[in-house]
Amino acid sequence: MDRVDMHDLIVDDRVRGIFRVNRRVFTDPEILEEERREVFDRSWLYAGHESEIGDPGDYVTRRVGGRPLILVRDDAGAPHAFLNTCPHRGNTVCRERAGSTRLLRCFYHAWAFDLTGRLAGVPDDDAYTPAFDRDALGLKPVPRLESYRGMMFVSYDPEIESLVGYLGNARDYLDLMLDFGGDEVEIVPGSQAYSMKANWKLLVENSMDGYHALPTHQRYFSQYLADIGMDASNWAGPNRIQGIGLALGSGHAVIENRARALPITGTAKEELDQIRARLVERVGAEHAHRIADYSRNLFIFPNLILISSWHTIRTFYPLAPDYMEIDAWANLPRGESRELRQRRFENFISFLGPAGFGTPDDVYALEGCQRGFAAWREVSWSDISRGMGRARPSSQDELQMRAFWRRWHALMQGLRGPTDCSDCPEQREAAE
Amino acid sequence: MATTAGLFTVGEIEEFLIYEAALLDEWRLEEWLALMTPEVHRDTLFLIADDRRTLASRVRQLLSGITWAENPRSRTRRLITNVRLLAAEGGEVRATANFAVWRFQHEHADVYVGRYVHVLVRGPSGLLFRERRAVLDLETLRPHGKLSFIL
Repeated sequence: MDRVDMHDLIVDDRVRGIFRVNRRVFTDPEILEEERREVFDRSWLYAGHESEIGDPGDYVTRRVGGRPLILVRDDAGAPHAFLNTCPHRGNTVCRERAGSTRLLRCFYHAWAFDLTGRLAGVPDDDAYTPAFDRDALGLKPVPRLESYRGMMFVSYDPEIESLVGYLGNARDYLDLMLDFGGDEVEIVPGSQAYSMKANWKLLVENSMDGYHALPTHQRYFSQYLADIGMDASNWAGPNRIQGIGLALGSGHAVIENRARALPITGTAKEELDQIRARLVERVGAEHAHRIADYSRNLFIFPNLILISSWHTIRTFYPLAPDYMEIDAWANLPRGESRELRQRRFENFISFLGPAGFGTPDDVYALEGCQRGFAAWREVSWSDISRGMGRARPSSQDELQMRAFWRRWHALMQGLRGPTDCSDCPEQREAAE
Repeated sequence: MATTAGLFTVGEIEEFLIYEAALLDEWRLEEWLALMTPEVHRDTLFLIADDRRTLASRVRQLLSGITWAENPRSRTRRLITNVRLLAAEGGEVRATANFAVWRFQHEHADVYVGRYVHVLVRGPSGLLFRERRAVLDLETLRPHGKLSFIL
């Protein structure tokens, strides 16, 4: 196989306004291996939310960045993230998706660990030599674990900067995402676990792609919204208000549009109005306007998406160049009424998830791209140049995707330190 | 095992479910929709919770040609077995059945396995759904990725 020259995978000509990605990045196993080392293992990865492990002993298990993890809360209330493999001989220690326990016990040889990971029990341990080091045989924690407002991130890079430093300019947008209900948010029980037979980077693009919304999701706008009696013209028609796209630095990005009325009515609508009034009291009219009157798709590099229209958190990870696993949750304010929860929930599944009126068409589109990439040697480049060089690119442009690709490209070439993810200086100022 | 409950028999419920499966496999979705009472509720936890209005919209979308995920349409084949009557009360019957729905698209084959839990009533010209629930046994929708047809 011809060797990959990472430098040649992207053409980024800011002067002429050309931005192309070589389709080999979607098909090549060698590139995926490099991504695991240079991108995923050098980033902060979203692992879960502290509300999922509310009480001491509560745990969830999941794969994050390719590793099996246990997220568990100890008796002092501190969250931990352990690699879910027995330090003795390797068996998966926790086999349930979620639960509550006093001891984490591996059934294979019955070694047991307390909630801080310490080795608490070894059957017949008098057979071991004096060199047997119990202290070194606890559950192995991930190298780094930090939370931001309940969102737990892990990193496999012990040297990585702090989470807050990593978030940079994206932090303000994350706050806007989490403040909408005037209360701290929690993960609603249940999740959507699905997959796509497509490269993971296609979902990065798709999750903040304003341009595809109208053609791909035509049926949602022209049929579903009409069928439930909504006026779709301010979503999709001539009254649609142009939004903006921003590169936030370090590969993070956001698209922002004026928020449209949610398909939420009745007493739930009154409750929404009260939440809005409380928000104004708490943070002032101007900031409440910033929080509540815009919809945003926020991308935290490399694989986390928050979408405000449906209050979802989505993360994904490649198992192969042409296959990714996707996990999505709903994050909603604590203390809402059942009625409002129910309405938000219906709104969520009307578009999102493997059976919604939106997501399946995205799955189908991305899988179609992946099938097309089998011709990457003949049709070698994807064009990501929409709106390149504009001082204020719109959400229909592709700056937000170029931001991702520029950071990705820098890491894949082994470049350390900050990456300039904008097309031009005006865009950098807009993001600060 | 009881083969009758109230005024209903396992045989007629089974025959009805097999007929329903044929309508879905043949994409006769408007005829299928006519098997729902006006207040029907269909529900798959955290994937679908349609009421009559959203169900009608779903059918309309599937037949429109702009539901890209089903254009061209998947082939499906439903196997329905283990029909049981759980309870009959006030002219309605709660019935359960196992299903395996094979779906073929772009040379991938996926199988959706689970159990139906339905509430059926007798309409003027045959059985109708009052509640239609498909409970998947799958732990995740992997590698299926999507559920873009009616289960």
